Amino acid sequence: MTDIRHTADDLGFAHRHLLGIDGLTAEQISFLLDLSDSYVALNRSDDKKTSLLRGRTVINLFFENSTRTRTSFELAGKRLGADVINMSVSSSSIKKGETLIDTAMTLNAMHPDVLIVRHPDSGAVKLLSEKVNGAVINGGDGSHEHPTQALLDALTIRRRRGSLQGLRVAICGDILHSRVARSNIQLLGIMGAHVRVIAPPTLLPNNIERLGVEAFFDMREGLKDCDIVMMLRLQTERMQGSFVPSIREYFRFFGLDREKLQAAKPDALIMHPGPMNRGVEIDSELADDIDRSLIRDQVEMGVAVRMACLDALTRTLRSNSAKRAATQVGGPA
Amino acid sequence: MISAGMKPVSTKNPGRVAYVNARLLDPATGLDETGGLLTDGTKIADLGSHLFNDGLPEDAQVVDCAGLCLSPGLIDMRVQLREPGAEHKETIESASRAAAHGGITSMVALPNSEPVIDDVAILEFIARRAREAKLVKVYAYGTVTRGLKGRELTEFGLLTEFGAVGFTDGLTAVSDSQVMRRALSYSRTFNQVIIQHPEDPALAGGAMNEGEVATRLGLTGVPSAAEVIMVERDLRLVALTGGRYHVANVTTAAALDAIRKAKQSGLDVTCDTAPHYFTLNENSVGDYRSFAKVSPPLRGEEDRKAVEDALADGTIDVIASDHSPHDQDSKRLPFAIAEPGIVGLESLLPLSLQLYHNKQLSLLDVLSKLTSGPAGILGLNGGSLKAGAPADLTLFDLNKPWQIDPDSFQSKSKNSPFTDYPVQGMVRRCIVDGRCIYGPENTQQI
Repeated sequence: MTDIRHTADDLGFAHRHLLGIDGLTAEQISFLLDLSDSYVALNRSDDKKTSLLRGRTVINLFFENSTRTRTSFELAGKRLGADVINMSVSSSSIKKGETLIDTAMTLNAMHPDVLIVRHPDSGAVKLLSEKVNGAVINGGDGSHEHPTQALLDALTIRRRRGSLQGLRVAICGDILHSRVARSNIQLLGIMGAHVRVIAPPTLLPNNIERLGVEAFFDMREGLKDCDIVMMLRLQTERMQGSFVPSIREYFRFFGLDREKLQAAKPDALIMHPGPMNRGVEIDSELADDIDRSLIRDQVEMGVAVRMACLDALTRTLRSNSAKRAATQVGGPA
Repeated sequence: MISAGMKPVSTKNPGRVAYVNARLLDPATGLDETGGLLTDGTKIADLGSHLFNDGLPEDAQVVDCAGLCLSPGLIDMRVQLREPGAEHKETIESASRAAAHGGITSMVALPNSEPVIDDVAILEFIARRAREAKLVKVYAYGTVTRGLKGRELTEFGLLTEFGAVGFTDGLTAVSDSQVMRRALSYSRTFNQVIIQHPEDPALAGGAMNEGEVATRLGLTGVPSAAEVIMVERDLRLVALTGGRYHVANVTTAAALDAIRKAKQSGLDVTCDTAPHYFTLNENSVGDYRSFAKVSPPLRGEEDRKAVEDALADGTIDVIASDHSPHDQDSKRLPFAIAEPGIVGLESLLPLSLQLYHNKQLSLLDVLSKLTSGPAGILGLNGGSLKAGAPADLTLFDLNKPWQIDPDSFQSKSKNSPFTDYPVQGMVRRCIVDGRCIYGPENTQQI
């Protein structure tokens, strides 16, 4: 069994929860990415399991449907040796506010060590984190943040390009509803990349430039000289009323195809957080182009990043119990 | 660009035509001088006071203008063609003929046909019918919302690629603020203008202007506030979104004040009015004359004067005919249920020239509202006299007095309140892409 151990003093990560990219420093992000790199190596080896989190309980608490993120977290927890419980709460069956806190209190009484929470409302994960004793990882809250997605995107880019510093990254599509965009804008900015957002004005939130990005309405203009093109899913489920008139018009003007991609650098790489709407925001053939598309790499990096996050957030806990164990074994004479 | 190009296809090259002894008028450059103009094929080749000093080109046909005014072809940015859907009132061909007689070389169709222009197929249909008519240039707007229902936006991008020159719901106001916000916002992607019918629909249910006349006649009124409420709301949305906004048929002092201030503050806002709003007032309704029923309604005298003033100070950028043909059955009805609208293509120029003859505007200022004004707002190629521009020209006799006779109109419908109305100024020739589509057959004759 491969064992990746860090000394108890080497805690490295000074946060109790991971609620967002906002608030992290470049050093902390680099620390998580370095740690993730070591888990990529582990995941590619024959024996993927460690006992780092043996005896720890991780609860996947999902108030919103998810397959890939939940599976990715579940696999991450299991590879680290934790007991992972999945809890899906249909968002329609619960009321907000008090009921969310009730759920948190109920779960808290079961003493989980880590709660991974996804919720359709922005800010709900933070609210919940204030009521529990364990660590909370934001698995996506409304249109606010999705920090592990931004970290896995950063890891994917860093492994291909060596560094994020100075890269020109275009985030395209439904910026308005996207937590992935908000987390990526933060992270890429902190790490020294130049970020552009490209969308029809109806899908760009007001004052987006204040987040340190350049905004474009035209794909060819916005993609010019970009190193990385991140496509976002058109989130029709969050849309009330018409933000764009039709799918065919959206694809024609904002869908990524070979013709529009020509505006970017010749070796520009394509990313997508998934799940993809082929023929809506991305040309199907392009999504499968192994020379240009990092979409499968992103999925692989997701597990490693989530292992790193679970590792980092449980270090204080593990170091305390290690100290307690040492005291008991050694004992006072 | 997939654009089908909404131009009439000339069957043969019109060759070179020399217009001599013309009073050349170009509001785009401020040109007003006697001289000549040479067209070559579909373009203006050259013009100026000394153009033919070295003699006329041998291969050119010669038109002696005898001192008449030669201006860029008029552009009418508000025309209801009634085709498809109501061909008994007007067709693209009859409207084109009426336009040619009115000196109009380009007209823009409102999208409230049946079916409405909310899909590229309808745009293509209109382009094809205009090509078949081979008269004036026909452009079209797309609707802002599908089926004019005020809810879902149409495909601005695809419609733009197929030739739509702007978006409007025609005589229906986009009343939902969120929809209007998104329209103004989304249209920025394609740098298109949103044209609003300025009436709050909840307040605009009445039959005529709200005031003393309506009270005496026992008709329900549309308060002038209905207009300024819609305009002021929209101006806030323009400030919020940075969109391009044009108000059609402005009729009230209050709305004009709001637009004037918005222009001063730098918003991308323009507006038009129609001749009946500065030539007539609510008294024209008189004894329930349904030919004087329009939407927005003819206003009181104060508002009519305010429209004149706003034309003079440049607040109003464009005069459009607001051509709204209706058959007798739609108009010979009790006033309240008669259709609103006036046919205007053939009276647009003479009624507009009243502003010049009454010394309210200079001749070039009047013409700018009929040529360079609309061309600039809609991004049309034309509206000025310069070498290389399309040879779209209007030749008119500035001073010729006559009386409007709707029965002689080329338009299929005759619903005009201007019967026997005395005017000064008559169109003599209409030239589209170098080809004379209205005027005497003999080129030497005027």
